[in-house]
Amino acid sequence: MRRIRWLAVVPFLALIVGPFFANRATPLVFGLPFLLAWIVAWILLTSAIMAVIYATDPANREGEP
Amino acid sequence: MNSALPFIAAAALLALALGFLARRGKDMNLEQWTVGGRGFGAIFVFVLLAGEIYTTFTFLGGSGYAYGKGAPAFYILAYGTLAFVLSYFMLPPIWRYAKENRLYSQSDFFVRKYDSPALGVVVALVDIAALIPYLVLQFKGLGIIVEIAGYGAITQALAIWIGAVIVAAYVMVSGVHGSAWTSVAKDSLILVIVLFLGIYLPTHYYGGLGAMFAAIEQAKPGFTVLPPRGESLWWFSSTVLLTALGFYMWPHTFGSIYTARSATVIRKNAFLLPLYQLILLFVFFVGFAAVLQVPGLTGANIDLALFKLSVKTFDPWFVGVIGATGVLTALVPGSMILMTAATLIANNLYRAVNPSADDRQVSRLAKFLVPVVALVAVFFTLKGGETIVALLLMGYSFVTQLFPSLVLSLTDRNIATREGAAAGIIAGVATVAAVSLSGANFHTLAWLPPQVQDLNIGIVALAVNVIVLLAVSLAMRLAAAPAHAAAE
Repeated sequence: MRRIRWLAVVPFLALIVGPFFANRATPLVFGLPFLLAWIVAWILLTSAIMAVIYATDPANREGEP
Repeated sequence: MNSALPFIAAAALLALALGFLARRGKDMNLEQWTVGGRGFGAIFVFVLLAGEIYTTFTFLGGSGYAYGKGAPAFYILAYGTLAFVLSYFMLPPIWRYAKENRLYSQSDFFVRKYDSPALGVVVALVDIAALIPYLVLQFKGLGIIVEIAGYGAITQALAIWIGAVIVAAYVMVSGVHGSAWTSVAKDSLILVIVLFLGIYLPTHYYGGLGAMFAAIEQAKPGFTVLPPRGESLWWFSSTVLLTALGFYMWPHTFGSIYTARSATVIRKNAFLLPLYQLILLFVFFVGFAAVLQVPGLTGANIDLALFKLSVKTFDPWFVGVIGATGVLTALVPGSMILMTAATLIANNLYRAVNPSADDRQVSRLAKFLVPVVALVAVFFTLKGGETIVALLLMGYSFVTQLFPSLVLSLTDRNIATREGAAAGIIAGVATVAAVSLSGANFHTLAWLPPQVQDLNIGIVALAVNVIVLLAVSLAMRLAAAPAHAAAE
């Protein structure tokens, strides 16, 4: 289960390396310029990734500090 | 008297009232005052950490950056997100260690981990050098907001004095409890106001987000992408990485970790805070909406974009509501900075020279120092010229220099020694100061490839820091090894 923690590397790749491939104004996604849409999408995905890590982390079981 | 002023006054009174009420039922010893008795649940920790995200800098500066520069502003969204990812793994061990050792400040953490009060003094000095300009920034923002939103009825100087008195009063009385209670009011208000502005303004002026960005692209092609040079992709990536590392190194943010009741509270925030951060997106929308509606602001005036557009669009009473929100975005972070700075001076500077001082004396001194620090900040706000601006730009880079020795101290076998940690921090801070004050950047080195020229110069300071840290640590260990062997 601890291997799932490595998912946390993905947001770093997406937001530090990703913009090199996403730096464009079009197409607009939900009205947002493409680069901004890329960043927003990855914020949502990052939250989801961290929620998965949280849910599978035995440290968060009830009763543990 | 105009119809905006009552709302601004109400915000100030609300902050004062909540700040005082927060004290109820608590015996305000140092542990309660500065770290909330280490009993805060997810919501209070959330608002304290979120309090750092929505300062006047983000309210005025976030919209101003989008207005003035376009796409480079997006870095603010990206670095916070990555800082929250790091926080999941980095903060629980810090919290646990702080609880076991009853630590009050960030400097305490270094004192205990490296067993060196002297290192604590170094860290405290770096912290204070970064905190005071940050407090000045909040006061400056407060003055601007009240002056514009109050349609000039209250001068900046008067607004700054009133704000400083309010914040110093409730920090003295309630400490971090006051910050937490006022944070709840601030975050509720800002959530509503910013969502409304970010949706209403693009719709009202352009008919929608897509139409707005299309109009901007037509008028200013390339405004919503990173430019090929200057604040380019290379600048963006290096800045996002550096600021993500520095985020939790701010001493008042670091201190809010100590208030948590459990490590689970902190880990839960790691997936809640990225979502909350999306409100910044709506701040950007306001800035983008202003691009074609209130054109012509340049230099430091780009930070006025949000209020200029609001004054143009809304009735005075609603501008007052926005101003009231702005006042709270200055007071809440201001209160945390003020408390942290006072704690650092009392607990890590005074106590370092008077090791026999007990918690009660330190607590009394810290509370006494609150109005003193506030006065110093007001003085710099009203009188400070270029120096304070320069310090401000350095603040983030200063606290980032604490990152290497902090992270190394979390490992099982710390390779850094106390001398190495101190030398690394001092070398890093000196590099930041030298580079910033001389105005140097990679662009002055014409022989470098353009990609390297665009990198954030902060990387150099961090590299110097790590190299000095490792070299001094290694030298100290080699020097100690023969003596150690002889002793055995």
